[in-house]
Amino acid sequence: MEPVLEVRGLVNRFGSQVVHDGLDMQVQADDVFGIVGGSGSGKSVLLRTILGLQRPSAGTVRLYGKDITQLSEAQLRPIKAGYGVAFQEGALYSGLTVLENVQLPMIEHLQLPPDALDGLARLKIRLVGLPAEAAAKYPAQLSGGMVKRAAVARALALDPQLLFLDEPTSGLDPVSAAAFDDLVLYLQQHLKLTIVMITHDLDSIFRTCNRVGVIVDRRMESDTLERIVNYPHPWIQAYFHGERARARLGAEHGA
Amino acid sequence: MAATVPRAQAFEVRRTAEGLELELTGEWRVREVAAIETALAAIDLRTVPRVRIAGAEVTFRGAPPDQLRLIEQTLVDEPARALRLEAVAPGEPGERLLIAIGRYVVRSAHELVHGLAFLGRSLTTLAADLAHPRRLRPISIVRHVYDTGITAMPIVALIAFLISVIIAYMSAQQLRGLGADIYVVDLVAIGVLRELGVLLTSVIVAGRSGSAFAAELGSMKLNEEVDALIATAADPFELLVVPRLLGLVIALPLLTVIADLVGLSGGALLCRLLLDMPLTQYVNRVEYAISPTTFWVGIIKAPVFALLIAFAGCYRGMQVRGSARELGHLVTVAVVQAIFLVILADALFAVLFMRMEI
Repeated sequence: MEPVLEVRGLVNRFGSQVVHDGLDMQVQADDVFGIVGGSGSGKSVLLRTILGLQRPSAGTVRLYGKDITQLSEAQLRPIKAGYGVAFQEGALYSGLTVLENVQLPMIEHLQLPPDALDGLARLKIRLVGLPAEAAAKYPAQLSGGMVKRAAVARALALDPQLLFLDEPTSGLDPVSAAAFDDLVLYLQQHLKLTIVMITHDLDSIFRTCNRVGVIVDRRMESDTLERIVNYPHPWIQAYFHGERARARLGAEHGA
Repeated sequence: MAATVPRAQAFEVRRTAEGLELELTGEWRVREVAAIETALAAIDLRTVPRVRIAGAEVTFRGAPPDQLRLIEQTLVDEPARALRLEAVAPGEPGERLLIAIGRYVVRSAHELVHGLAFLGRSLTTLAADLAHPRRLRPISIVRHVYDTGITAMPIVALIAFLISVIIAYMSAQQLRGLGADIYVVDLVAIGVLRELGVLLTSVIVAGRSGSAFAAELGSMKLNEEVDALIATAADPFELLVVPRLLGLVIALPLLTVIADLVGLSGGALLCRLLLDMPLTQYVNRVEYAISPTTFWVGIIKAPVFALLIAFAGCYRGMQVRGSARELGHLVTVAVVQAIFLVILADALFAVLFMRMEI
């Protein structure tokens, strides 16, 4: 089966600083793929490259088989309509209400009558577990957890097959974070989504991801969650078996 | 031979057969750095047979202090860093100046190219939108007309009134001595309609809206909102830049008309109070003084100034990346450049109109 997302030989260079040097990555349909890496290892740069927000120095990024590094803005348009992105801080348009935020991608890409726009947007807002009255609120009036959910609602506006989440649980308390993990699983199962998420949160990874890619030494090691925890690379060992991870693993094995 | 440090003793210097020996004593903390540096600088190395710059040998009597491990750790990469620093900052002051000038020129050239590219992209998007009016954002444009125009009316009117008062007052004082009172009207009418009405309005709008545009777009950039737009294949130029541009191009000429009206009224009031000139005489003189083109010469400049202000604000706003400090800096740059561009354009217009003999 053709992978949904395939990155080959990616190189990202800023001046003399090399962020990625021959990074490969593959995401299959229905994967929940977690991207892990130390601070400054280039997780965000990788996401920005995949989204076409910046051109890589070398390498290819294929989304549904099309190399986006070679496409023009106009050619990218249908591809961009096929995925949704929830940015780390939500990146909700601060001048618009939640409802208008969700409607904006629909207005950009579809010709819909106003009442259909309204109904669809409210559906998305309910889908991510936000109360109906949140629709009329501005992003500044929402709590951190609600902003993240609203961002997912907007990312789902065009019914994408592929969803990108940038640190979806960062800055949330453990209970909200767990609730968000449940949301990710729920959406993945009910909407048949492929999800790529950057995360630091071990709980999130063990709860939601079936495959994990770790950025180490400017490349990516990726495998199923069960196998990658046993990779010998010191950083991977420190990450999955450090102080903070041990309790988690113990719980998994005990269960 | 022993160097002594004022107040705290930091080290003692001894000359041996092999070279110079420093014995560290007392407290070596940040607070003492200045005193230690002065003392170290005073050591006369000229009598030492050889000085090896790259390294020094340190022997400890007894166990090395714990702090030394810290020093070792922090110094691991030092030689490489020192070398690199040397490469970018050569010692000759003249050479440094040359490098600074070169950098400035290259950076300015880049700036110019980027600015022109931004302006070009804004204008082509504007043209494409005008060709397909359905892609224009009426709600957004109306909002910007309101924000930049309607809400600016009080301050623009006040400034126009005050400026006409100043012109009338100053010229009345000078012209009264010559018995040429009536020319006060000419000065106010032509001054306000041709130049000051539009110029002052533009300067106020540059301060209000140029900064607002830069701050709005800049904080949207910081909040990744612009990235989110691009990621949904929405064109930030179409959604953010063009509505601001069009909004201001509509609002500024209207503000200028208000400034012109208030300016003329202010002149009338002053002439009445200062020179006892009846209103009818004032109106007649205004009609006599201005030619049909006087008003249009002023108003035609407004859309051009609006374009420049919106360009400076949006361009600088979109340049923001990274930090709040940069946001503040670029908002300042946006306002300064907007005012500069407006006055520069006004000067060019003055030359142009003189050549055209209007």
